[in-house]
Amino acid sequence: MDSAALEPSLYTVKAIFILDNDGNRLLAKYYDTGLYPSMKEQRSFEKNVFNKTHKADNEIAFLEGMTIVYKSSIDIFFYVVGSAQENELMLMAVLNCLFDSLSQILRKNVERRCLLDNMDGVFLVVDEIIDGGVILESDPQQVVEKVNYRAGSEQAFGFVLLDYITGNMEGQADENPLSEQSVAQVLQSAKEQIKWSILK
Amino acid sequence: MIKKFDKKDEESGSGSNPFQHLEKSAVLQEARIFNETPINPRRCLHILTKIIYLLNQGEHFGTTEATEAFFAMTRLFQSNDQTLRRMCYLTIKEMANISEDVIIVTSSLTKDMTGKEDVYRGPAIRALCRITDTTMLQAIERYMKQAIVDKVPSVSSSALVSSLHMVKMSYDVVKRWVNEAQEAASSDNIMVQYHALGLLYHLRKNDRLAVTKMLNKFTKSGLKSPFAYCMLIRIASKLLEETEGGHDSPLFDFIESCLRNKHEMVVYEAASAIVHMPNCTARELAPAVSVLQLFCSSPKAALRYAAVRTLNKVAMKHPSAVTACNLDLENLITDSNRSIATLAITTLLKTGSESSVDRLMKQISSFVSEISDEFKVVVVQAISALCQKYPRKHSVMMNFLSNMLRDDGGFEYKRAIVDCIISIIEENPESKETGLAHLCEFIEDCEHTVLATKILHLLGKEGPRTPSPSKYIRFIFNRVVLESEAVRAAAVSALAKFGAQNDDLLPSVLVLMQRCMMDSDDEVRDRATFYMNVLQQKQKALNAAYIFNGLSVSVPGLEKSLHQYTLEPSEKPFDMKTVPLATAVITEQKTEIAPVATSKLPEKLAPSRQDIYQEQLAAIPEFQGLGPLFKSSEPVQLTEAETEYVVRCIKHTFSNHMVFQFDCTNTLNDQLLQKVVVQMEPSEAYEVARYVPAPSLPYSQPGSCYSLVRLPDDDPTAVSCTFSCTMKYLVRDCDPNTGEPDDDGYDDEYVVRISPCGDPSETALPIGRHVASSSLAFSLPAGGPGGDRRRPHTEGPEAQLRSSLGGGGRRVREGGDVRAVIGPDAGGGREQHRQFPGDAAVRAFRQSPGEQELPRPLPRRRVPRGPRRAAAGAAGAGGRGHHAGDRAEQRGDGGGRHPGLRGLKSPAADLGSARPGFHFFFFFLLFLSVSTQQRSHTSDVIKL
Repeated sequence: MDSAALEPSLYTVKAIFILDNDGNRLLAKYYDTGLYPSMKEQRSFEKNVFNKTHKADNEIAFLEGMTIVYKSSIDIFFYVVGSAQENELMLMAVLNCLFDSLSQILRKNVERRCLLDNMDGVFLVVDEIIDGGVILESDPQQVVEKVNYRAGSEQAFGFVLLDYITGNMEGQADENPLSEQSVAQVLQSAKEQIKWSILK
Repeated sequence: MIKKFDKKDEESGSGSNPFQHLEKSAVLQEARIFNETPINPRRCLHILTKIIYLLNQGEHFGTTEATEAFFAMTRLFQSNDQTLRRMCYLTIKEMANISEDVIIVTSSLTKDMTGKEDVYRGPAIRALCRITDTTMLQAIERYMKQAIVDKVPSVSSSALVSSLHMVKMSYDVVKRWVNEAQEAASSDNIMVQYHALGLLYHLRKNDRLAVTKMLNKFTKSGLKSPFAYCMLIRIASKLLEETEGGHDSPLFDFIESCLRNKHEMVVYEAASAIVHMPNCTARELAPAVSVLQLFCSSPKAALRYAAVRTLNKVAMKHPSAVTACNLDLENLITDSNRSIATLAITTLLKTGSESSVDRLMKQISSFVSEISDEFKVVVVQAISALCQKYPRKHSVMMNFLSNMLRDDGGFEYKRAIVDCIISIIEENPESKETGLAHLCEFIEDCEHTVLATKILHLLGKEGPRTPSPSKYIRFIFNRVVLESEAVRAAAVSALAKFGAQNDDLLPSVLVLMQRCMMDSDDEVRDRATFYMNVLQQKQKALNAAYIFNGLSVSVPGLEKSLHQYTLEPSEKPFDMKTVPLATAVITEQKTEIAPVATSKLPEKLAPSRQDIYQEQLAAIPEFQGLGPLFKSSEPVQLTEAETEYVVRCIKHTFSNHMVFQFDCTNTLNDQLLQKVVVQMEPSEAYEVARYVPAPSLPYSQPGSCYSLVRLPDDDPTAVSCTFSCTMKYLVRDCDPNTGEPDDDGYDDEYVVRISPCGDPSETALPIGRHVASSSLAFSLPAGGPGGDRRRPHTEGPEAQLRSSLGGGGRRVREGGDVRAVIGPDAGGGREQHRQFPGDAAVRAFRQSPGEQELPRPLPRRRVPRGPRRAAAGAAGAGGRGHHAGDRAEQRGDGGGRHPGLRGLKSPAADLGSARPGFHFFFFFLLFLSVSTQQRSHTSDVIKL
């Protein structure tokens, strides 16, 4: 609650973390090395924050001398931490960007299971939004474009089908991954495979 | 493979986590498939994700295993899978500090960063900068410059942000990119603009002129990014604060104009900047407050919170400015976010009328248990302020506070309550008894030693003067029975105070003391024995001297001296007299001068200026063994502010040496100075023992060099000395833009002079009024008139006491002296300093007759050397004189010994400084007159 003026700096975000509904860490990044340097301190901070925030969806809290904005979705909690003097709305911009980007990448299924299945995408999104505490991007559309990631769960269905059809051709499929092909191409190649198998 | 895994999980329920039972060793084993040909991107991606997930969970990777995995990972650069490549970058960043030889990926990353794929370029730059060190940076400098001005926003942003990270590591290199950053700042992309602005500011923040120029440019041209606007507002308000610019400055106008920005973020930033400005009038606050008022009814919780928090701050200084918002604040009392509700109530408590207090207190007590400790502290502070405003309400408040005291809470919270109750007691004599009763109840079950000792100290101070002191004895003695050593010791001291002030209680106190003498702890026993003996004398003077008197030395100073003492074992006992006295005057200035890192706890005792100097000097190996720092002078400017090199001098006095610290700043951006030394030519018997040069002095970065002067000890008549100072250095010309110096330089010198100060009052005050030897200062048995009153120095009783204590007397004395450090009385000790401002200036005395008529901010005082020592040595030795008489006498003869301070002005003071690049000589003398009181008692004055 100290009112000392803020040194002008781009280092806005002190930490960002995603917890599940038991308060376990799914992802956490601490950008200020002076703040909670050890894992134990980080965990206890997360626990404290979780205990104080998981009951009521209040959007903002002030704990341990830190401004924390948060948001929950089904069974996960997103937190963005800044210093006490930080502009709360800047932190909110980061939180909203994180949430909206993830919701696009996960096709609106912002829940624990889906998040864990696409953990690589989540890491990349966080990396695109914040770099070492500096806000890198605040527009979710831009973030999604830059990450250029497609959620795996639906792809998996395509793979099941394709693997089933191609059988022994798995190695080849891996070399030329589907993630780089459009849906049309997938269908095209599936059609061809079926054609060949019938012709045989 | 993943799919099968998924199916199993689905059966076992949705709560499972595919990463739950990951074993580090198993994952590293799996990482071997990185080496397979052809690369299977999907599986590799999954394994990389697992590795990053493990790192993120805090799993510890040994250097060998991390290096192994890292090297295997580098093979994945052969694959063209986008996500896989991006995950490789992430792994590089995560492992940069764990693995060895991460720089082997430099060429791969450089290739990606300059390649055609825009998706890779930005992240590659960021990964590359993460693994680059200062030496490698030169190699990629060309690419970085190109990347900063790249037309793809993500590339440009990444390069700018990475440069910003590297400013800390290699400022000089990144500084050369300033032109590119300037170009990027005019980009159309909002994030590029923001990052460029941030980088430019970080590169220029030491150069106020450049910052001003930059601000002017951007405030005129206008920016698109709300983030950049927020940054500009912060820079502007910092600049306003530094230059103490009035509120009619264009910067203030700019901030005010931001109140009409279309982004809420910018509007809030501007309002908050105005609110935090010092000396803001109500009229200037009004627009900011009305904006915040609008925010109060926003549907966004964060915005309401931000608004009410800022209003709360306004209310601390200008309660009347916030009254307009009372209605909106009332609506927030029932906000579902308790933080907002608490802040609203505390704001109302500050602005509302006396009649609403009861209602608000009732409201807040309904949910006080739900809010976090931080906000409870805010509530307590609000109550504390309220009690000052409406003293009649203290009973309501006291009840509320005592209820809060009973609730659970952390140390900070309890301390805030205790402090609040104590302040109420101090201001409100009527509330004293109830307050003390609540505190007594609190210490019955208090886990915080610091608070218990503090309360015991207060009980000792206030208790004896209440109508029925006897009822506190029980609480105090309970502590002796039940608590830890520190609390027991504090309780004994408190008991002694009751015994000393209440004659009817004395017999019972003595009985209790007798019991305490059986205590298992040394300190408690020592105190009990000591107090017992003092009390038995029934001498008011002794009581005053040994029971009520606190510690008058500076606590950090004492800590340092004791530490020093333990480092250098010696036969001699620790001498309390070597510890600097607490100097309140110096402490006041600490914030402006001290380069202290902002501590997280605002209450943390900030070291005084002198303590900081002592630390700095102690870090220089040449100055070890000089003993404790006795006194540091105020800095004196030796040059005018606009000259090419700015030099100021600070004198540090030790018992046999003086250290001159020259803070030099190079204001020429085309020169790099090296091996800077200020050579001093003494005129008298003084000799310069050693120079410590400043190794390098780049443009606008201040550096310090030192000269060590030995005070002559064979010639007591050498009371003054004049030094002429010449700054000698090696100049290397350098490119003003890049800062790269030429290979060879040449020696040069620059004669420094004292600048005639503009302000007559400054010139009149000598900078170096100080110094007596430490033993002189510390032999002061009592400080100031207050001290005289409290401690009449009659020799008789003390002698009696000594004999009655017998051989143990010395030991007990020492125990008594150290007492305050060990804890119990420390809080009280500080308070006592405040009571005697005279102490602050104990050593600040001046002796020039010419200055007698000047307004004298500090009282002067002198005391003959070592009376206490004399008294301790032989009972009955008439060491103690009458202070008042002494002082008067010394004032006279102190002046007499100084036939006059020479005040010469530099004959060539006006020789121009307008031809940079050449060296000119100014004449200039640093006059220093050092007067010696006794051998090691020196007092020096620099006369301007």
